[in-house]
Amino acid sequence: MTYDVVLIGAGHNGLVAATYLAKAGRKVIVLEASDRIGGAASTREFAPGFKVSGVAHILHALHPKIAGDLGLRLETQAIGTSVLLPEGKSIEISGDAAATAASIRQLSAADAEAWPRVMARLTRLAGALGSFLTRTPPSPAIGANDFQTKLALAMFALQLRMLGKKDMLELTRILTMNVFDLANDFFESDAIKGLLSFDATLGVYLGPRSPNTVFNLLYRLSSYGKHGMGGLYLPKGGMGAVAAALEKAARAAGVEIRTNAPVDHILIEQETATGVVLRGGEEVRAPVVASSADPQTTLLKLVQPGNLDTEFMKRIRHLRMNGCVAKVHLALDGLPDAWKSRAGRMVLAPKIDYVERAFDCAKYGRVADKPALEIVIPSLTDPSLAPAGKHVASILFQYAPYKLRTTTPDEARRQVLERTIDALDVLAPGLRTRIVGSEALTPHDLETQFGLAGGQWHQGEVTLDQMFFLRPAGQYQQYRMPIPGLWLCGAGAHPGGNVSGAAGANAAREMLKSLRQRRAAA
Amino acid sequence: MAETYDAIVIGGGHNGLTTAAYLAMGGEKGGKNKLKVLVLERYKKVGGAAMSEEIYPGFTYSTCSYVCSLLRPEIFRFLDLPRHGLQVIPYEINSSPNPEGEGIITYKDHDRTRESLRRHSIKDAEAYDHYAAEISRQCRFIKPLLLLTPPDPTRVNPFAQNRINPWGRREDLDGLLKIAAEFGRMGEKEMYEIIRFWTMSIGDFLDEYFEHPRWKGFSAASSIIGTALGPYSPGTAYVLLHHYMGEVDGQIGAWGFARGGMGSVSKAIASAATEAGVEIRTNAEVAKVIVRNGRAVGVALADGEEIYGKTVVSNLDPKRTYLKLIEKSDLDAIDPDIHAYARNFKIRGSSGKLNIALDGLPRFAGCPMESAWGTIDIGGDFDYIEHAFDDYKYGSWSKRPFLDIVIPTTVDPTMAPPGKHFMSVFVQYVPYKLAESPWTPQMKAAFEKDVIDTIEENAPGFRNLILHCQTRTPWDIENEVGLTEGNIFQGELTLDQLLFNRPFPGLGQYRGPFDGFYMCGSGTHPGGGVMGAPGANAAREMLKDFKHGVVR
Repeated sequence: MTYDVVLIGAGHNGLVAATYLAKAGRKVIVLEASDRIGGAASTREFAPGFKVSGVAHILHALHPKIAGDLGLRLETQAIGTSVLLPEGKSIEISGDAAATAASIRQLSAADAEAWPRVMARLTRLAGALGSFLTRTPPSPAIGANDFQTKLALAMFALQLRMLGKKDMLELTRILTMNVFDLANDFFESDAIKGLLSFDATLGVYLGPRSPNTVFNLLYRLSSYGKHGMGGLYLPKGGMGAVAAALEKAARAAGVEIRTNAPVDHILIEQETATGVVLRGGEEVRAPVVASSADPQTTLLKLVQPGNLDTEFMKRIRHLRMNGCVAKVHLALDGLPDAWKSRAGRMVLAPKIDYVERAFDCAKYGRVADKPALEIVIPSLTDPSLAPAGKHVASILFQYAPYKLRTTTPDEARRQVLERTIDALDVLAPGLRTRIVGSEALTPHDLETQFGLAGGQWHQGEVTLDQMFFLRPAGQYQQYRMPIPGLWLCGAGAHPGGNVSGAAGANAAREMLKSLRQRRAAA
Repeated sequence: MAETYDAIVIGGGHNGLTTAAYLAMGGEKGGKNKLKVLVLERYKKVGGAAMSEEIYPGFTYSTCSYVCSLLRPEIFRFLDLPRHGLQVIPYEINSSPNPEGEGIITYKDHDRTRESLRRHSIKDAEAYDHYAAEISRQCRFIKPLLLLTPPDPTRVNPFAQNRINPWGRREDLDGLLKIAAEFGRMGEKEMYEIIRFWTMSIGDFLDEYFEHPRWKGFSAASSIIGTALGPYSPGTAYVLLHHYMGEVDGQIGAWGFARGGMGSVSKAIASAATEAGVEIRTNAEVAKVIVRNGRAVGVALADGEEIYGKTVVSNLDPKRTYLKLIEKSDLDAIDPDIHAYARNFKIRGSSGKLNIALDGLPRFAGCPMESAWGTIDIGGDFDYIEHAFDDYKYGSWSKRPFLDIVIPTTVDPTMAPPGKHFMSVFVQYVPYKLAESPWTPQMKAAFEKDVIDTIEENAPGFRNLILHCQTRTPWDIENEVGLTEGNIFQGELTLDQLLFNRPFPGLGQYRGPFDGFYMCGSGTHPGGGVMGAPGANAAREMLKDFKHGVVR
C-alpha cells in the first residue's frame, strides 16, 4: 500500500488536515498512538455514567469555513458567561445587550455603559487580526514571499488601514499591553476587570500585569462570535462529538485511520523524510510526513538525534510550553441551589489581584493557593452526559504549572482538586456533599494521557514571541520543517491552539501546493 | 505685548536645553535660521533630573540620574560639549557582591569578562560570546532609529496633501521604508530574532544562553531598571537594549561618570545653549499654555506673567503637560480622545534613590577592592528580583530590593572631600503610592532602613560609614523634580508607548495637537535616559515647520 501522506496523530488538526488532503484526491493514512480518535478533543467517562469533555470544554473557535468545507454538522448549545461574585450574586453576560448592561449596572453604571463599546472595539480589532488565522504566515523579508503571499499581506495591511486611523493606532497601542492596564483604562469594577484578566491569561504562563496578555485576549476574542463572551457554545455530547464528526468527515473523504499505532520515529533517508516506523517495527512510507503532535514531540522525539541543526533544536527546546491550566471533573448527585440554573460559563476571578496572586504561585513553581476557575455544568443542557437527575461539572483551574519546584505531580493533583472544591463550596454551599466522583488532570496528566508536551493546551503558548512567523520558529512558520518532506500541522504551528482546525487546514493547503509542484516537476 | 520669542521651552531639563540649543543654532553649524529661544525653569537651576547639588557640606550629589552613556555622540559633537566643560570618565568594572561566596565581576573588556565568568560556570563563559554578539546585533538595528522621527503607519498615504509638503506627505512612507531597509539589511534570519527579541522577556532570553542563577539575575539588571516589570515579564528584553545602546568614547554599551556629577551634562548643554543666544530664566514656573484659536501662542507663569512666542515646546512629561498645563477644553476642541490618552498614559514610578555621603570606602562581600570603581549591583537570581517585584505589585517597596550602586568619587575627586565618598544608590522597586498609607516620614524611614540593611548585608560595616543620607521615593521625585509619579523615563518603556505611540497614538512626531505646540522630553521617542535624542529630534521637526511656513 502506498500513500501520498502519512499523518501522525488523530487530533482535531490532524483530522482536518487529512480530510482536506483526501478531498483533494490524496491517499492519506492517519496513525494514532492511543485507542481513541480526537486527541485533546474528547469526551471521557471519568465516573460510571458521568461523561465530560476531557480537555477543552467550550467550543468557540472551530473555524466556520472549515466546518463548511468539511460538511461538519454539530449540535451546539449557546451559552453566556457569568461572573461569580461573593454571596451568590453574579453578572450575566449574554447575547442580549440590554440585559447584559442591566446586569453590569448593579456594580457600576459607568462599566455598563463602557462594556458594549469597549468589547465591540476589541472584537473589531481582534477580527482584523483574526483574518490571518486561515492564512499562511509570510516571511518578514517581504521580497522572499511569493506573489500570492504578498497579495495576502497587502490585503492584510489594507484591512488594518480600513479599521480607520483611530482604531489602527489603538491596535498598535494595545497589542503588546498587559491586561491590567487595559482593564483599568476602561473599567472601574473589580469583577469586570477580573473577568478580562482571566480571559487574557487563560492558557499562558503570564499574569495580568505581564505585557502581551492583551494579545491573548484579542486572540480569544477573534474566535468568539459577535456577542463575544456572551455567545459561546457547548457541543452536544461533549468535545468528543466534534472528534466524531471530524472522524466521520475524514472517513467519508477516504482517509485511512489506524488507532493503537504509535509512531516510534520518523524515517529519514538521504536527509529527507520518507515515512514513519511504528513501535512494532512496521514501516509506513509516503513522500509527505505530517505531524500534528506538538513541535517538541515531533522534532525532539520522533526525529532521531543528529538530523537537525543545533540552533534550531535549541529554539524548539526552549519553546515556552509550561502548561498551567489543570482540569477538574466533578460527578454530582444533584446541584446545589446556587447552581440549579447556571447553564453557562461561570468565571471565578473576582478581581485582578486575585488572578495575579494565583499567578505568583505558579511563578515560583507551586499550584495556586486560590485558583481562578472557569466552570461549566454541561449536563444542564445535555442530560445525556450524566445519569438521570445527576450532573457533571467541568472546571478549568488556573494556575497549576507543569514546572513544579518542590511539589510532586501527585501532590499537585491532590491540591488542584482540594483547592477547587474549597473555592466552589463557598460559592455554592453544599457542593462538597454532592460530589460522588471526581478527577483532576494536571498538566502532567495532560501530557501523559493526551500527549501534550508540558501539558500545554495550545502546543506552545500563544504569545507574541511565539506567534505568527515565529511559530514554531522563525523561517519554519510555513508548516514545512527543516527536513524536506516533514510537515507540522498541529496547534504548534500558526495560528495555534483552540479547537479551531485552522492549523490543520493551512498546513494541508501548503502540503497540497508542494505535492502539486512535485507532480509538475515529475 | 512685550518681547516675543520664536520658541518658548517649558522646563530646563537636559532635553529642553538640547532643543533650545539646536533651535538657537538653526539646527546646523553656522545655520542661518537662528531662532530666538527662551527656556523657563521652575527650579533655581537648570538640569531637571540631570542635576548635581551640594546637599551635604562638601559633597556634590548627583541627585537623580547618576551615570552617563546614552547621550548621543551626534549631540555631544554638535553642541561641542567637551569645550563647554563636559568630561565623561568611562568605568571598567561592574560587579555583584555575594555575602555567601564569590561575587560576579564583569569588565569593559569582553575577554576578561568571559574569563571572570568561567569561575562561576564554564558553560556560561562559552555562551557569553554568542550572547554578546546577539546583543550587539540587536543594538545595531535600533541605533539608527534613535535620531529618527518615528514614522506613523496611519499616515503613509503619499498623496495626502499637507502644509509641509504640498506634493503629498512622503516623510512617513520614507521613514517606514528606511526602517524596512534597515531591517532588510539584517537578513531574513536576523529579522526573526529582532521581532522575537522585542516581544520576549529577558528571563526567557537569558535562559536560552545561561545557567548560573546569579549571573542571570545580574544580567537582567538593565532590563528592569526604572521599569515596573519583573524579569519574566515580556517586553523586558527591549528595556535591556535601551540601556545597552549607549556609548562612551565610541565603545558601545559602555558607561561612564560625568566629571562633577550628572549636573555637568546639563551645565554643558546650558552653556552651549547660552552661547548660541538662548535666554534661560530660572525660578519661572509655567502654570498654563495659552491657546488661542487652536494655536499655542505663549505661556502664563505661576505669578501671572504672560510670555508670548510663536511656538511653545514642553520638556515636561506628557501627563503633566496635557493634564496640568493645557486646559481640557482646549484639547477637547481638537479631539476629545487626547485627554483620555493623557489620563491613561502609563507613567508609574518604580524606583527610589538614596544619596549617601560616606566617611570612607565600603568593601563589598565577594568582590575585589576595585569593584567600587564601577557599578555595584546588589541582587540575586531571578527569584530575588521577582520577589522584589511582587512587593511592589501589591503596593509596598521591595523589602529586599535590587540596588544599582555607584561611587563616582572613586574616579572623580571633585565631588567629595579627600578620603570621603559620595554613593548613589538606585533602588528598585519602590511604588509611587503605598497600599496602606501615604508616604509618611515613618514610612520613608522604614524604606531607608530596608535599603541600608540590604547594603549592610553585602558590605559589612557600611552602616558606620554613613555621614548623611538623602532618600527619595517616587513621591519625592514627583514633587521635587516634577516627574509625574516619579517615573524616571517620563513614561514607561513598554512597546505600547514606544515609537509612533510615544507619547500618545497620533502625536508621536513631537508635534502637539494644536499648531505651534511641541513636546521634547523623554516622554517622546526614543524615550528616557540622559540621551538628548528626543530634544534634538523635536528641534528638527520644529525647524521643519518654521521652514515650511507652518509656523509664522
